[in-house]
Amino acid sequence: MLRMGEIHLAEVSAHVTSRYPDEACGLLIGNASGARREVRRVVAAKNLNRERSRDRYEMDPSDFRRADADAARAGTEVVGIYHSHPDHPCLPSAFDQERAWEGYSYLILSVSARGLDEFRSWILRDGTFRDEGVEIPAHNKQYEVKGR
Amino acid sequence: MSQIRIPTPLRKFTGGMDEVPGSGNTLRAVLENLESQHAGIRKQICDSNGELRRFVNVFINEEDARYLAGLDSEIKEGDVISIIPAIAGGTKNRPGE
Repeated sequence: MLRMGEIHLAEVSAHVTSRYPDEACGLLIGNASGARREVRRVVAAKNLNRERSRDRYEMDPSDFRRADADAARAGTEVVGIYHSHPDHPCLPSAFDQERAWEGYSYLILSVSARGLDEFRSWILRDGTFRDEGVEIPAHNKQYEVKGR
Repeated sequence: MSQIRIPTPLRKFTGGMDEVPGSGNTLRAVLENLESQHAGIRKQICDSNGELRRFVNVFINEEDARYLAGLDSEIKEGDVISIIPAIAGGTKNRPGE
């Protein structure tokens, strides 16, 4: 289960919709406890794939390294990866599965010219992606949510 | 002594530790020492030819080791070595296509 605040979803949504029709990616920072991952911060990363940016992403490893170092200093860790599927469902592709690592949540967001359409989070177990569910506490008054 | 940052997918080799001490004057020596402390982890980082795997990046402080001297890169006291999984994917080739 991936748990994230509406503010985090709004940040991710703003990032991936701003990159449409290209694919965008970033990191979910937080804490993990067993199968539960709680997001406390999101970090946008660069997609280095210029040739096929409409249907591929390759995260800048420097962005990952920096986010990992910052997360460790704050007592958190990289708990997941997010990326967009422009004009495609939020289902993992064979390529997503082939290049995935166990231990991270993979939040996939379907985006179109209308904006964010839907999202799901997946975890890799025994080489296969499984839908892990996303929990977003409703009416979180702590944050002002924009862009959803 | 250096520090080695271990990514989540490889923490099963370090008993869950996200950081372990490193020993050695080159990246190659540090990885050999890492293997002696945490059996099985080196082949996750290096291929059968002993070279860095394509889908793993290793940083020495803020520099990608591939742009330094690779496995022969010098490691100094206090250096932070970060093992970073290559993260990639994309829309096409969904199962069943």
